[in-house]
Amino acid sequence: MSAKLDNASRRGFIKGSLMMIPAVTVGSGVSLTAKADEPPANLADYQPTYFTDDEWRFVMAACDRLIPSDGDGPGALETNVPIFIDKQMEGKFGHAADWYMKPPFHPDVSPLFGYQSPLTPREVYRKGIEATQEYCQAQHGKSFAALDHDLQTQVLTQLEKGDITFDDVSATQFFAFLLQNTKEGYFADPIHGGNKHMASWKFIGFPGARASYLAWVDQRDKAYPLGPVSLTGERG
Amino acid sequence: MAKTNPHVDVVMIGLGWTSSIMGMELTDEGLSVLALERGPDQDTVPDFAYPKMADELTYGVRYQLMQRPAKSTLTVRHGIQDLAVPYRSLGSFLPGNGVGGAGTHWNGHTWRPQPNELRLKSYVEENFGADIIPDEMTIQDYGVTYDELEPHFDRFEKVAGISGKAGNLNGEIQEGGNPFEGWRSDDYPLPPMKRTLNDTLFRDMAASEGLHPFPLPAANASQAYTNPYGMQLAPCNYCGFCERYGCLNYSKSSPQTCVLGALKQRKNFAYRANCEVMKVNLASDGKTATGVTYIDENGDEVIQPADLVIMGAYSLHNVHLLLLSGIGKPYDPISGEGVVGKNYAYQMNGGATLYFKDKHFNPFIGAGANGETLNDFGVEQIDFGQEGFIGGSYFNAAMTNGQPIRNMPLPKGAPSWGAEWKQAVQETYGHTMTIGSHGSNMAYRDCYLDLDPNYTDDHGRPLMRMTFNWKDNDVRMTQFMKQKIDALSKALGPDDYKLSFKDFDSQYDVRPYQTTHNVGGAIMGSDPKSSVLNRYLQTWDVHNVFVMGASAFPQNLQYNPTGMVGGLTYWAAKAIREQYLPNPGPLVQA
Repeated sequence: MSAKLDNASRRGFIKGSLMMIPAVTVGSGVSLTAKADEPPANLADYQPTYFTDDEWRFVMAACDRLIPSDGDGPGALETNVPIFIDKQMEGKFGHAADWYMKPPFHPDVSPLFGYQSPLTPREVYRKGIEATQEYCQAQHGKSFAALDHDLQTQVLTQLEKGDITFDDVSATQFFAFLLQNTKEGYFADPIHGGNKHMASWKFIGFPGARASYLAWVDQRDKAYPLGPVSLTGERG
Repeated sequence: MAKTNPHVDVVMIGLGWTSSIMGMELTDEGLSVLALERGPDQDTVPDFAYPKMADELTYGVRYQLMQRPAKSTLTVRHGIQDLAVPYRSLGSFLPGNGVGGAGTHWNGHTWRPQPNELRLKSYVEENFGADIIPDEMTIQDYGVTYDELEPHFDRFEKVAGISGKAGNLNGEIQEGGNPFEGWRSDDYPLPPMKRTLNDTLFRDMAASEGLHPFPLPAANASQAYTNPYGMQLAPCNYCGFCERYGCLNYSKSSPQTCVLGALKQRKNFAYRANCEVMKVNLASDGKTATGVTYIDENGDEVIQPADLVIMGAYSLHNVHLLLLSGIGKPYDPISGEGVVGKNYAYQMNGGATLYFKDKHFNPFIGAGANGETLNDFGVEQIDFGQEGFIGGSYFNAAMTNGQPIRNMPLPKGAPSWGAEWKQAVQETYGHTMTIGSHGSNMAYRDCYLDLDPNYTDDHGRPLMRMTFNWKDNDVRMTQFMKQKIDALSKALGPDDYKLSFKDFDSQYDVRPYQTTHNVGGAIMGSDPKSSVLNRYLQTWDVHNVFVMGASAFPQNLQYNPTGMVGGLTYWAAKAIREQYLPNPGPLVQA
């Protein structure tokens, strides 16, 4: 029951930005592989695997502030960035599977020595979202997603600068993961769940996985004319 | 109870550039040679085949081809009184993993040292006086000369199919090449790569400033090429996925594209992937090695007897294995005695990012080593006495890739998120170029490697500990380069530019990628009291153990290390073939 309600509210939340997406033309319509015919997920219908409903509302709202729909170019919600982040939580990154995570931990050493927390990134998200929500309730009487855009921006800025501190997680580390993953989801190949229809690549002029430019090297100081392709053969 | 394998003549630890080359040289002698590679097997097909390499997130950001700190890492601290903490996630440097090693994922900048870099201490003393060497600086000569290595540099360049333009052919300066390089017996086997917009802008500006620009020597094939082993390279297609990726096009010189296809044909060569060497085993008198112990792909311990041990792992791992195996006396920074771990050094780099509103650089059209360079401020070109530092740099304007997660330089003052960030991204992407300074790093008494007292790996072995920080001499060097690059940047007339150089308050930061040029720790030299290896890369203490790689550098060159590593490997191979095999024992009497 609550899931249905959440979906409805989610749709309401992102309706404004979705309305702004122009119809996407998938190149010639010819796909290089069968996979290219699989349309990317619809964010409003997506059921997060890692995040709870409450966390998901936070992730959606935060991504929308980090890369908003305002101005030219797509925002994080039109490009499915939250889906990318949810998938990352379940992968090697979320679990810190490749990192050395043996004790003893000395999280108080200089930041010059890199990541020193015993928490995996997905634990940082879980604790960071919970603590931020509590902060928003205490300070503003609302959850993060219910705040107006200016207040949301203010809270994110406080996290980034360390003006808010939490007991069991670093606010600046939490924000750093959130921003890093948001940009990754925006610019990574759509195969990872974000960058829907390669919208960010079209926006900046990156040809994606074309990876063959011998004929173009000598054509200096001319804008490259071809649109992007993805790993699955989608053309934009 | 460990299993014991049948004896082989030679066991090699790691299968990157150095073991690939040594494998060819020693199988030529009819020896049975086995390589043990810690990481997975990998080859152009299927592992690097298009399109899967064109995936920035997986390879560029999540480091799919790199060493996993979970399996192997070290600890880092700034000073000898500090607590070292683990390098838990990759940042500053990226050791490779798997067959091909770092030779698979490099960019391909391939240099020879300047002749006097190999006798740096003597050169400084002769020209500027011993007094200018700071007390804590522990620079040394390599114990081998440029003239001795020249045929081996030439050999490596021909095997790797380097694209470039000679600047000094047998002492005669060649227009369009590097006039400051050591003499060459032959030109590069391939002509330079095609020039991108940043190359031509930098070249024309530098020439008009009276400097001497030339194309970066590239291990990216400018044309089709067949090397002396019969291995074929295809012309680089400037795919823009080079460093951190395996080459999808058979164009980047690597152990896979240049050596392994030929080596794998040889019946007296074998290799095993996913086999991690734990230590080199010594005979009871400690004077010879009997082979190695490794953990195989099933997790079982295996003893591999061998007559000759070639350590061809990444430089840091070579040092770690020497320390774990008890070969050579560990270095003590307080007394200055001991040798293993001594003189760890890195690379002092800096650079400028230039923004041109109306120019289209198409940064995604790039190769690892296409670029324009100059060496007017090299080690041999600078008056150390006058400038107050020891060292030098080369400058490069290179365009390696336009991958947007990582390659998104923004103007000064641009926000890092929000609507204004998005606007800055749109206005800036594709309109910037860089000028880099790639410089030497001297060796110091308190920059070294030893075993960490607190942290262990999955096998219970102590991690290695790196003690390293930036020193004033090298900061003065890079600040000198900053002034030069500031002037060159202005001369190019960009709409905006920003400089990024180390300053006197800079401390070593493990987070941002800097370079995978970790050198020293198992240094070569002329005296067993001050070096681990003799001039043939043979350990002074255990005559049937030879250690390849940049761990042999007594301090770091101004250049990328691979050209030197390749030349040294052929030099050592010649000594093994012509001197050691007929008469096994120390090649230099201590």
